Amino acid sequence: MMLKKKNIKINGDTIFKYAIGSSVVVLIMLIVGIFVSLIVYSYPTIAKFGFGFISGHTWDPVTEEFGAYPFLIGTLITSFIALILSFPVSIMISILLSEYLKSGVIHNYVKSSVELLAGIPSIIYGFWGLFIFVPVVREVQMYFGITPYGIGILTASLILSVMIIPYSATIAYEVISLTPSEIKEAAYSLGATHFEVIRKVILPYSSSGIVAGVLLSLGRALGETMAVTMVIGNSHILPDTLFAPGNTMASVIANEFTEATSDVYLSALIEIGLLLMIVTAFINVVGKMIIKKFSVGMS
Amino acid sequence: MESKILKIKDFNAYYDDAQVLKDINLSILKNNVTAIMGPSGCGKTTLIRAINRMHDFTPNARMEGEILLNNEDLYQMEPIIVRRKIGMVFQRPNPFPTMSIFDNVIAGYKLNGIKLSKEDRNNIVEDSLRKSAMWDEVKDNLHKKGSFLSGGQQQRLCIARALAMKPEILLLDEPTSALDPKATAHIEELISELKDYVTMILVTHNIAQAARISNYTVFLYLGELVEYDKTNKMMTTPKDKRTEEYLTGKFG
Ligand SMILES: Nc1ncnc2c1ncn2[C@@H]1O[C@H](COP(=O)(O)OP(=O)(O)OP(=O)(O)O)[C@@H](O)[C@H]1O
Ligand SMILES: [Mg+2]
Repeated sequence: MMLKKKNIKINGDTIFKYAIGSSVVVLIMLIVGIFVSLIVYSYPTIAKFGFGFISGHTWDPVTEEFGAYPFLIGTLITSFIALILSFPVSIMISILLSEYLKSGVIHNYVKSSVELLAGIPSIIYGFWGLFIFVPVVREVQMYFGITPYGIGILTASLILSVMIIPYSATIAYEVISLTPSEIKEAAYSLGATHFEVIRKVILPYSSSGIVAGVLLSLGRALGETMAVTMVIGNSHILPDTLFAPGNTMASVIANEFTEATSDVYLSALIEIGLLLMIVTAFINVVGKMIIKKFSVGMS
Repeated sequence: MESKILKIKDFNAYYDDAQVLKDINLSILKNNVTAIMGPSGCGKTTLIRAINRMHDFTPNARMEGEILLNNEDLYQMEPIIVRRKIGMVFQRPNPFPTMSIFDNVIAGYKLNGIKLSKEDRNNIVEDSLRKSAMWDEVKDNLHKKGSFLSGGQQQRLCIARALAMKPEILLLDEPTSALDPKATAHIEELISELKDYVTMILVTHNIAQAARISNYTVFLYLGELVEYDKTNKMMTTPKDKRTEEYLTGKFG
């Protein structure tokens, strides 16, 4: 009896180890589970269309012909435009906050506003986009003599670009603020101006962190659903201009899930979900590789 | 007669309302090593940073008085020009982690957007690395990042970086306090050799170091310049009682 008691040593350490171990297992099982179930439920269309599902241009629930190419393109285009538009703004906000307005009322005000952007529910962006922004776009389109849809790829990209600013701006601000003052002083002591220090010392030093923030915001843009669904126009046709209505992978799922009555239709939507997950994971992996490459040799 | 390259006149420094330098008058002689000694907090760093106007970045710092470089008031010149003419080496080695060894040496030109021909660049890098006694150690790795270098090598790289700008004066703020004895000896030897090219002002806590490598020594105490003399004279026969107490280890 005595011996047995000695062997069962239950202390905080072991409990902690098991707790960590089991949460890791649960997490991995969850991810694998989601992935597997997506594959299983999209099997009908995987079997029926094969690779044609990705390359096909026609999406017709009536004839049950499903090609997701327009949505794949819609997602990639809206996300990248949003990224390109938001990047300079994010960088300028983060430089402003970390190098020019390091503290004070304006600093706090700008910082909180940016953080607040991340807290606004997606549906609000959608509402605002639809009722305030779309009419403006329509005016502009009429002025230039373009078919005044108002809604469309570009409108969705613009809304998205605002939505993702906080993700890249906050991270860029953090990493720029972490630039050691030693190397900034070194640059100043060599006669560099403030702008030269920012451009040639601070930005190179924080580049990997900035890239990380951009990828986070890209991931956010790829999967954003509600706001995009409301302003993109929900068209199944491959958009021929940026003003044309379109659909993203997320928006087509959100829009059509309730109507998907047949098994093949449902399977097609789930396969789009699978595709979206793969695209997001792929971007993540590429991003990690970029970050690794950027930070080589940095201590 | 040695020429006075730098004259500090009636110089006062304040952080907010606290005065940390009081009425400093001091002339630095060309091609010498002048050591600044004194107990912690007496204002050594404040004084040396006033000379290349690094206080411009400290909002609560205020300077009064004149510092003349070759009879021209530093505080009337462009700060950028001042810092190119007066280089600085810091307490902790601070090479640029994102740049190669080569780019670190040439960094002053790159940062200032000064265009150089390839030949000039190579010459400046080789010359500066030779002067800082590093050329043989790194000549095969010039395009690698400097982070694999030892602390002592990194500090010599920082010296090379400062020398590359061909400064008239080099300020060194406790350049060996983060280094081991071997690296320290190496840097000390280097400083002694560099006298021919550049005037140096060296802040140090280490009395023996000042004795080994400086020609002149300034003793600061509580923001006052207590004594300024030839190093060997001050070390053997200090005039002021406070200097004597400091040298014999009574405080500091
Ligand atoms: N930015 C600052 N704001 C306010 N006070 C400061 C600032 N920098 C230094 N001081 C104060 O000024 C005095 C002189 O500081 P300084 O750094 O010049 O001393 P030091 O002689 O270099 O000391 P050490 O040997 O420890 O490096 C100290 O009392 C210090 O606390
Ligand atoms: Mg100091």
